[in-house]
Amino acid sequence: MLEINDINVYYGAIHALKGVSVTVEEGQIVTLIGANGAGKSTTLRTISGLLKPKAGQVMFEGKSIAGMAVHNIVKLGISQVPEGRRIFANMSVLENLELGAYTRSDSKGIREDMDKIFSRFSRLAERKPQMAGTLSGGEQQMLAMGRALMSRPRLLLLDEPSMGLAPLLVKEIFSIIKEINASGTTVLLVEQNANMALSIAHKAYVLETGRITLSGTAEELAASEAVRKAYLGG
Amino acid sequence: MSKLQNTTKRDLLALGGCAVIYAIFQGLIGFGVIGPFWELNLILIGINIILAVSLNLITGFAGQFSIGHAGFMAIGAYLGAVATVKFQLPFIAAILVGAGAAGLLGFLIGLPTLRLSGDYLAIATLGLGEIIRISILNTPYLGGATGLMGIPRYTTFTWTFLAVIVTIFFIKNFVNSSHGRACISVRENEIAAEAMGIDTTKYKVMAFTIGAAFAGVAGALFSHYFYIAHPASFTFMKSFDILTMTVLGGLGSITGSITAAILLTFISAALASYPEWRMVVYSLMLIILMIYRPQGLFGNKELSLKLFGRLTGGKKRDVA
Repeated sequence: MLEINDINVYYGAIHALKGVSVTVEEGQIVTLIGANGAGKSTTLRTISGLLKPKAGQVMFEGKSIAGMAVHNIVKLGISQVPEGRRIFANMSVLENLELGAYTRSDSKGIREDMDKIFSRFSRLAERKPQMAGTLSGGEQQMLAMGRALMSRPRLLLLDEPSMGLAPLLVKEIFSIIKEINASGTTVLLVEQNANMALSIAHKAYVLETGRITLSGTAEELAASEAVRKAYLGG
Repeated sequence: MSKLQNTTKRDLLALGGCAVIYAIFQGLIGFGVIGPFWELNLILIGINIILAVSLNLITGFAGQFSIGHAGFMAIGAYLGAVATVKFQLPFIAAILVGAGAAGLLGFLIGLPTLRLSGDYLAIATLGLGEIIRISILNTPYLGGATGLMGIPRYTTFTWTFLAVIVTIFFIKNFVNSSHGRACISVRENEIAAEAMGIDTTKYKVMAFTIGAAFAGVAGALFSHYFYIAHPASFTFMKSFDILTMTVLGGLGSITGSITAAILLTFISAALASYPEWRMVVYSLMLIILMIYRPQGLFGNKELSLKLFGRLTGGKKRDVA
């Protein structure tokens, strides 16, 4: 479904991604794990179009999307939950979700999806008119995910959904990610919490300073000595 | 269905209210209760409302800090005047020419500059306002430093009032449309807006163009009231005046801009005999405002009958 081929991305003079290749098959959860500054978010931002690669290809369903404008990539069916959630703090929960459906015009389908999201995230249903900025961190993460789902993406990009959340909430978020995937959305997940990420993913990649150093099925990586030492705490 | 009926009812009510206000003031002017001095101030209030509301669209709703609004007003004032003075066109054509030219310039300038953000954009728009003024100052066709003279006085209270209503109606509807929502989301969080599939550049340029066009309307009204268009009327201080109104009223509040425009025009009328004190009072007001109410008089809320009912009903809600 998504194929990144040998991409090189720079921040000014800094060479952030040095030939990264990632393949995401339809229906899977694929995770990129790695330490701070390894290039995980950069990879995600390159896919969603916020960054342009200097070299290499980004193919989505056989179509090259490298260098395309972000809003056009969203229309193709890729939606991103940005790092740090970035909800619209001064808008209500409902308005946030409405903006998520910005690229769509089928009001009936939008209403259906909205109901689906409220049944999946029941905490949000209780807070429809509330200003999004007053939600708790976990609720904001749910809102950010719900908002991304409103564009009815086929590929959902999640950037550190566990960031700053209590362990119990992290569990809840991850079980929701699994549910989302089970209902047919392909997920590309970037995480520092390697344990959790590997527990739900089908396939995983380890990024280190801009390069993929390891890849394989989630079970393989979880069992690998190098990964256990570096990311799973022994 | 009932929602639709509600909106039409509310719109009709608002329209009726406008008609009543218009009738009262026009009557007072007709019977000579409002003399030339206060009529002048009424028209200035109208022009300032158009300026403040249009800048609010750019700065308050779309979140793009612009301090070159007087530049667009100058374009409207001069090109509107050229239409009537040099081409003997009717007033409505002058207004449209002014709006069109200012809007076009806003569009052309907006495309490159709106890629900047925050203070960089502010500096760029400041420079833009000055470039427009200096260009006019050095164009003999437009009267140069002596100004463009002999402009017929077409602007009346009626024209001003109509222009104000059209401006408010247009901008209010724009803000409440999906385009407006997109603009607000750009202000709230540009990256998130982009991730939602919103073409952020398009909406920033759109808000900037519309805001500039209405500043052009204000300019055309201005020059056709004072018989003259002079570069000194459109300095950085004028941009600052408009920004003061918008910030004082509250970024993101149309009724706030209207209230602030009325208030500040009255203050400057009251200080007409002490012009050197005007800027002192303005600056003091801004300082006090920033300390006690940094979000402006109304914040991003609108003054409405519903809010009024809530306040008098004792169910006070903290808007801060």
